[in-house]
Amino acid sequence: MASAIWMGLLGGVIMGAAATILLLMNGRIAGVSGILGGVIDGEKNDRLWRVLFVAGLLVGGLLMAKLWPERAQLVVTSGVPTLIVAGLLVGFGSRLGSGCTSGHGVCGLARFSMRSLIATMVFMAAGFITVFAMKHLG
Amino acid sequence: MPQLIVAFVTGLLFAIGLVVADMTNPQRIINFLDVAGAWDPTLLGVVGGAVITAAIGNLFVRRRGQPMFAESFAVPMKELIDRRLLLGAALFGIGWGMAGYCPAPALTGSAFMNSATWIFLISMLTGMAIFSWRFERPAR
Repeated sequence: MASAIWMGLLGGVIMGAAATILLLMNGRIAGVSGILGGVIDGEKNDRLWRVLFVAGLLVGGLLMAKLWPERAQLVVTSGVPTLIVAGLLVGFGSRLGSGCTSGHGVCGLARFSMRSLIATMVFMAAGFITVFAMKHLG
Repeated sequence: MPQLIVAFVTGLLFAIGLVVADMTNPQRIINFLDVAGAWDPTLLGVVGGAVITAAIGNLFVRRRGQPMFAESFAVPMKELIDRRLLLGAALFGIGWGMAGYCPAPALTGSAFMNSATWIFLISMLTGMAIFSWRFERPAR
């Protein structure tokens, strides 16, 4: 368990570095729901970089699955109806709330944005309550 | 052109960070959110590492007048805490807790050939498309 936290910290530093490079070079925020949302409804001349960022996320996953096959073995316990409802809520909610874990939870907090701090506290609280209700009440 | 290369490489780097941190594993997210069960603090380390690194990066980057390959910084300036932000974050948090996936891990994890992740990803894209179709884009 202790080593998991250290790997988490290392992974977090890599993600923070990626966000910093994107800001330094392109002036953009590494908020994944916003970048992906702009692929769906963004202006045409602002779309290609978004597609390439998403492609990087996918190719990075393929690369890591090759380098570290054990990490790519997932045990998912959620049933299909849960996955569908959860996906709809995450997709719709992240767009309505202008951000997700990366945009509000990482980039927003790093900028000391009050909006992102509030959003992060709200989605964390909603997540805690949801897991509690599903695991310990039902 | 440099902008496009940067976008791809930073997406790739971000994905590597996610997998190193095991954030592509939804069970780890659910265990973090399960404070009444076998709590897994890994996500705290991830957020801590990412926020501290990005905050230090921010301090140096924002001293520049402009980014290297763009005319200006496209950083949200909005400060308003409105119903849209609160409702969106709440809906997002419920979905996040239900299955343990959020947008970046769903994209990167879809390379792991796991049908559950694909089902989530397709639903998530549908949810985003419903938003785009039903609502105007939020003001920046």
